[in-house]
Amino acid sequence: MSRNPYMRVVPKTTWYLRNGRYLRYMAREVTCIFIGLYAIILTMGLVRLAQGPDAWNRYIAGMAEPVALVFHLVALGFACYHAMGWFNVTPKAMRIPKGDGFVPDKTIIGVHYGIWGGVSLVLLILMGVL
Amino acid sequence: MSQRQITFEVLRYNPEADSAPWIQTYSVPCEEEWVILDAINYIKDHLDSTLSYRWSCHMAVCGSCGMTVNGEPTLSCKAFLRDYKGSKIRVEPLTHFPVERDLVVVLDDFMEKLQSVKPYLMPKTEKPVEEGEYKQTPRQLKNYKQYTMCINCMLCYAACPQYALNPEFIGPAALALTHRYNLDSRDAGRSERQEVVAQHEGVWECSFVGACSEVCPKDVDPAGAIQQMKIASTVDWHLEHLMPWRRK
Ligand code: SF4
Ligand code: FES
Repeated sequence: MSRNPYMRVVPKTTWYLRNGRYLRYMAREVTCIFIGLYAIILTMGLVRLAQGPDAWNRYIAGMAEPVALVFHLVALGFACYHAMGWFNVTPKAMRIPKGDGFVPDKTIIGVHYGIWGGVSLVLLILMGVL
Repeated sequence: MSQRQITFEVLRYNPEADSAPWIQTYSVPCEEEWVILDAINYIKDHLDSTLSYRWSCHMAVCGSCGMTVNGEPTLSCKAFLRDYKGSKIRVEPLTHFPVERDLVVVLDDFMEKLQSVKPYLMPKTEKPVEEGEYKQTPRQLKNYKQYTMCINCMLCYAACPQYALNPEFIGPAALALTHRYNLDSRDAGRSERQEVVAQHEGVWECSFVGACSEVCPKDVDPAGAIQQMKIASTVDWHLEHLMPWRRK
């Protein structure tokens, strides 16, 4: 008897279309594009600030344009999806022994949301929004 | 007992005669309490004795009956027919592995990888047998017990897109077993295993898709083990570079 194993090919560029699990993963990864764009816009703000009041005021005016507002809303949505996706898997990476078992997943996830909420609150207060 | 007639579409491949796999259909009178493996056994016993596949325990212990059922990596002795609606079920070999014949895949690659991570106890000092066993508290056992449950069924490799894209990746089950020994209080072999774990084809090839843990029939959670090892490797790196005096 001769061996002649057959290797089935996996499509290199469309593999994530094979099932919903891979699509969800890709969605999580794609969200980082929006977070990256947002970071670039923020860095641009710093550059304009360093260039003086005129440049800064133009930047602020630009940010009030409808396109900028829509982009920020969309980016915020994606950032939330990204953050929640990661928060929900943190218990896998953090196994903290406690008593006879481990700290429950819900507690670990809850603490992450708590810190997120706390930091957001402090920032909003510092910015004078609240 | 009620019967249900189900059409099984089964991938066939005869390495001596076929140039590529093809699909053969069988109509099987299934009993309600059957699992997928029972139907495959029925085909073998009553319809077509040439069908090749692996199985042994029929109780989710031996890990040999993994197949792709309706596109999903599945332990065929643990998959009840009542959970499959409709009158058609497609059964193929596990994806990402070469097909030896019909539903049998080649596992040589995994065997090599498993060896490379040294999945056995490496105590700091070997004790002569007369000195008795290496003792451990229940708490210490609990720390790694989950990762001992692996039955090497390979569903996690069949689910992992990174293993498909880069077959050099050590992969979920072998890494989960590495973690199992690293966490064992009786073991001192972690630094030796790190040579394999910390390289690119080790934990860093994983992008945390998490599919391995979703399909694992024994709740081993290989994805979790890999992320924990990533954190430990990162801590190692920082300690080494920021506190060079700690270097051994
Ligand atoms: S980790 Fe789970 S899915 Fe992977 S080989 Fe072990 S038991 Fe099977
Ligand atoms: S036959 Fe042993 S695990 Fe299915």
